Amino acid sequence: MAPAQPSKVTPVVTRDATRVEQGPGTIKFDHVSVTFGRGMDAVKALDEVTLELRDGEFVGLVGPSGCGKSTILKLVCGLLAPSSGTVTIAGKRVERGKLSVGIAFQNPTLLPWLTIERNVMVPLKIVEPFRSQYRAKRRTEFRDRVHALLAQVGLKGFANKFPWQLSGGMQQRANLCRALIHGPKLLLLDEPFGALDHFTREALWGTMQELWMQRRPTVLLVSHDLREAAYLATRICVMSARPGRIICDQDVSFARPRTIPMTYEHDFVALNQRLRALISDVPTT
Amino acid sequence: MQLAKRMHEQMSSILLIMGFFLAWEVLCRMFGVSDLVLPKPSEIVVTLVKQFHGLLPHLIQTVYTTVVGFALGLLVGVLIGGLIGTSRLAYNSAYPLLIGFSSIPKVAIIPILVVWFGAGTVPAVLTSLIICFFPIVVNVATGLATTEPELEDVLKALGASKLDILWNVGLPRTMPYLFASLKVALTVAFIGTITSETIASNQGIGTVMMIASANFDVPLVFAGLLLVSIMGVALYAVSALIEQKVTGWANRKTEFAMG
Repeated sequence: MAPAQPSKVTPVVTRDATRVEQGPGTIKFDHVSVTFGRGMDAVKALDEVTLELRDGEFVGLVGPSGCGKSTILKLVCGLLAPSSGTVTIAGKRVERGKLSVGIAFQNPTLLPWLTIERNVMVPLKIVEPFRSQYRAKRRTEFRDRVHALLAQVGLKGFANKFPWQLSGGMQQRANLCRALIHGPKLLLLDEPFGALDHFTREALWGTMQELWMQRRPTVLLVSHDLREAAYLATRICVMSARPGRIICDQDVSFARPRTIPMTYEHDFVALNQRLRALISDVPTT
Repeated sequence: MQLAKRMHEQMSSILLIMGFFLAWEVLCRMFGVSDLVLPKPSEIVVTLVKQFHGLLPHLIQTVYTTVVGFALGLLVGVLIGGLIGTSRLAYNSAYPLLIGFSSIPKVAIIPILVVWFGAGTVPAVLTSLIICFFPIVVNVATGLATTEPELEDVLKALGASKLDILWNVGLPRTMPYLFASLKVALTVAFIGTITSETIASNQGIGTVMMIASANFDVPLVFAGLLLVSIMGVALYAVSALIEQKVTGWANRKTEFAMG
């Protein structure tokens, strides 16, 4: 992709400084701080966070409650501007309204008045170049595209159902489809499996892994669940309690596709325990 | 099964109405109430049928005035509601004024409207507009202002403009709120029209009732009331029908889901 742009952006300390990639899914946080409120009421949510996500990486962001994980997510999609420092995607500063990031929250937030098919189609109505083609292709190509994706996540035959006719896990599958339908280079997940029961959650990890391996977007997953992060991510970043800082940056190199039995093996459990200890050491607020 | 249940509900509603009028008739006859005080339903119906030819133009006038006033109220209500529902600044700054405005008794405004526009159709239309737009404003604004922030975030992250969000999420989401308010607005629009006609007009059911009561023609007054409530129910039914088509999703009707 585009070569490294030297000039304007202040140099970032990367783990592999010789090979600075600027792929479309490269995200860089450079000494980013975020402060909410002013004066006496000011709360510092993030403190000098420097982090780089390379193209196609799956990064799990874990940390104690209120440590600013979601704040990082909002910075990436431009819903929030940093108080100081810069956030860049593919070498360009994040600007609101200029991105087309896929995002999924814990709450499926499907539109109750639309069928699953129409819900998943919503990004195609908004993101270019699909937007201009929407009227012409809605019934044919886009429909096939939606149906193919739905079938892949196990929602074949549910396209014409309404969200409330689906279980929580199925709604969350549809939510993932909506986040991915326009083929985003960036996928942001804010505890998307947090509200699901244990078994449904594990089933969805599998689906998520499959989608990622096939499409390879850069994913930023915010999670409370270390097992989830270790199962899905290629790299785990642990954050401290507020003000949030990255206190551990750890590659996860288990073979893919990972399976649920693997999560009970020694290495996997050892990794979880090590990370858990880090979070326990953090003084919680 | 479903159909039988609905038939049952409709039957009970018809029975209730019939029971009401029957009780009225029986009580009037039992206690020998004079027609000057409270006419019997049978008497009212007879008057209505006898005088229907003369009442028809007035009926048309009232319906016409109410529908025009209601349509304008809907337009104004949706516009203002849309504005204050999407902008926090407009919401906070405009609400006190709106509440103050809506607290004014509308009867007090009618003479002013007559001074400005003369007696007749215009003040009646304006009165029903003024009286019916407020519930619409409140509900549309509430519907828009309570859109889930996460849902908005999903669309913003996709690069959606404010207009995109309004069109794809805000407006459809507001429909159940809008229709809830339309039912209120429609009935109060009638009150606005009739009140205005009673005070300053030479046409409409309100005028007829005014003149009839001046002549102690109490059955005719009640005939007018009956007409007004029948019209109210009819317009309500129309709006309920449209509501079902547009916002069936909010009621989670199985028939809607299958359709």
